[in-house]
Amino acid sequence: MSEPARLAVRKTYKLFIGGAFPRSESGRTYVVTDAGGEFLANACQASRKDARDAVSAARKAFPGWSARTPYNRGQILYRIAEMLEGRRAQFIAELRQAGLAEDAAVAEVDAAIDRWVWYAGWADKLAAVTGSVNPVAGPFFSFSAPDPTGVVAIVAPDSPLLGLVSVIAPVIVSGNTCVVVASEPAPLPAITFAEVLATSDLPGGVVNVLTGRRAELAPCLAAHMDVNAIDLTGAPPEQAGPLEEAAAGNLKRVLRPDAGETDWHADPGTARMTAFLETKTVWHPLGM
Amino acid sequence: MSDQIFSYAPAPESASIARIRPSYGLFIDGEWTDGAAERTFKTVNPATEEVLAEVTEATEEDVDRAVRAARDAYERVWGPMPGRERAKYLFRIARLLQERSRELAVLETLDNGKPIRESRDVDLPLVAAHFFYHAGWADKLPYAGFGPDPRPLGVAAQVIPWNFPLLMLAWKIAPALACGNTVVLKPAETTPLTALTFAEICRQAELPPGVVNIVTGAARTGQALVRHPGVDKVAFTGSTEVGRQIARAVAGTRKRLTLELGGKAANVIFEDAPLDQAVEGAINGIFFNQGQVCCAGSRLLVQESIAGELLERLKARMATLRVGDPLDKNTDVGAINSAGQLEKIRTLAQAGEQEGATRWSAPCELPERGYWFAPTVFTGVAASHRIAREEIFGPVLSVLTFRTPAEAVEKANNTPYGLSAGIWTEKGSRVLWMAQRLRAGVVWANTFNKFDPAAPFGGYKESGFGREGGRHGLEAYLDV
Repeated sequence: MSEPARLAVRKTYKLFIGGAFPRSESGRTYVVTDAGGEFLANACQASRKDARDAVSAARKAFPGWSARTPYNRGQILYRIAEMLEGRRAQFIAELRQAGLAEDAAVAEVDAAIDRWVWYAGWADKLAAVTGSVNPVAGPFFSFSAPDPTGVVAIVAPDSPLLGLVSVIAPVIVSGNTCVVVASEPAPLPAITFAEVLATSDLPGGVVNVLTGRRAELAPCLAAHMDVNAIDLTGAPPEQAGPLEEAAAGNLKRVLRPDAGETDWHADPGTARMTAFLETKTVWHPLGM
Repeated sequence: MSDQIFSYAPAPESASIARIRPSYGLFIDGEWTDGAAERTFKTVNPATEEVLAEVTEATEEDVDRAVRAARDAYERVWGPMPGRERAKYLFRIARLLQERSRELAVLETLDNGKPIRESRDVDLPLVAAHFFYHAGWADKLPYAGFGPDPRPLGVAAQVIPWNFPLLMLAWKIAPALACGNTVVLKPAETTPLTALTFAEICRQAELPPGVVNIVTGAARTGQALVRHPGVDKVAFTGSTEVGRQIARAVAGTRKRLTLELGGKAANVIFEDAPLDQAVEGAINGIFFNQGQVCCAGSRLLVQESIAGELLERLKARMATLRVGDPLDKNTDVGAINSAGQLEKIRTLAQAGEQEGATRWSAPCELPERGYWFAPTVFTGVAASHRIAREEIFGPVLSVLTFRTPAEAVEKANNTPYGLSAGIWTEKGSRVLWMAQRLRAGVVWANTFNKFDPAAPFGGYKESGFGREGGRHGLEAYLDV
């Protein structure tokens, strides 16, 4: 007599807020399917209250994270790459479920890991590249240095892993904290990725991940008065304008969606990092 | 009181050197033109309420004409022109500004009400410096760190305030032109005259027609300009409320936006600070330009242990401020720019009294005509008072106290604004510790209100976004 086939233990996909994995306070879920339309999981359908909780967690984490030395932030970002590498096979399988071909899934996971390595190295170089000593016409020493903007809301693109990490890493490398609205049709890799973050020495609350309806969560975050900036990369074109308008309420910095399709494999450049930096100019007199 | 010890002989500048014309048209495509609607408004001297000139109100149609002229100049002349040639035009303009600086200083003082000492010694030198600085960038943009061939944006719509009329024009026009953009600029309705004289300077410099267009008018003209579909870039300096409206108007378009808005800066004095210098810094922080400065040090945070002594010295110094005729070279504090602004200052000062703060104004005789407000300090101010939260934009200082550096940081940052901050202490490590924690775009340590074209300026939070000046300021006018 043959043994009965072992029944797999499935994962409950929850939200990631303040370093913990709570369910949506609303108790709502929505069905996520694979490319063939087969049931994969019930993902949390986060509410506006969840979004506000996530903003609180991000705000609470901001003073500590932004005060870490750039060297330390770089180490933690590199640790994220290490943890992601360790789960390489798992992410390839999840991307296959999300509809990517084997080659594409492998390429996307490898690129996602390498992206963390690229950004890890930026942590202690950004100030040198974006700061300046200002040659002012007077007996003063004047310098300008970058400072993180604060709490950043991110409407993540549909590229479920590479796109996701490509919008998170440039925000947190400089000391910002964030609330991410994951891809609506393919949210599961984002929650699995949160498990990577949770085991990478990243302080709780630096990255918070919500799954659910973009049309419900993005307007709430765009209008939230304790959010300092919003990345609209994953916002549908017809929603981008109204979201930018809502963001004007407290003059958020807005990163608009790219005009065309974004090639996430291309060289990321520095624009995503500098979009969420302030410049602080400090003056002091010279004298004996 | 001080008059009994020393009395100053009046030392007035001559108003006639300003060469004001009775009326001004719009400067579009290199020519002076009438407005489509033939609507005009008057600009007055706020120190006397006398009419200085009649100015044209630009309509939507006029704005459209100006934007078209700017587009044409961008595509045919200014965009394709090599940077080294653009640079020479900017150098020419800088020289012309220097040559006419006395005339422009007097004109600025007449139209704005600021003391001639400030327009002569601060505004005009900085105006010329801004053009010199940016002239040098025009042919060096590939070295600015924005890639090997950074491109201009196109036509810039620029709306500027009345507190530093010509200086704000320079902050807007110099980088825009250096980067290869053309501009349509709207000066504030109460202070259009130096911008209109700048148009003459563009003609004297033989700047190609359409590169700089000046349209005068009030809010309606400004709205028509920032909403015009033909502009690629909007730059605004002014109130946070109008900044919000502009951000909403620009939302959903491809227009780039930079905003330099209000502030409620904390000027923090520690017990170890050299008190005489700190008092001068506090005075300069709030009474420079009658306090009509977005980065004014309007909240004085004083360490509790020295609050009594500092306040005594502060009041003694305030009593020596000479308030009056802005054209008199001895004057420290001039006129408030407009009746509307004076009303706003009075309203907020009244709110300060009603909410329980203690008011003290410097004993001084205010002229009978014109818009005047005596230098004023409020003590016993709570963080919840309107005078501690709202931008007054006038010579009104709110004093709060603190005990520890951490409390100072907490109180300083407790505002939706984030434009500037001041620190007064002899301890170097504390200067840097504070500077690191203050959420403000400009931090002055043991000094205040210092500006330079080489030093980026701009705000955090609701004080706006984008920087003006330095390498950073170029980004606002490049497609990067």
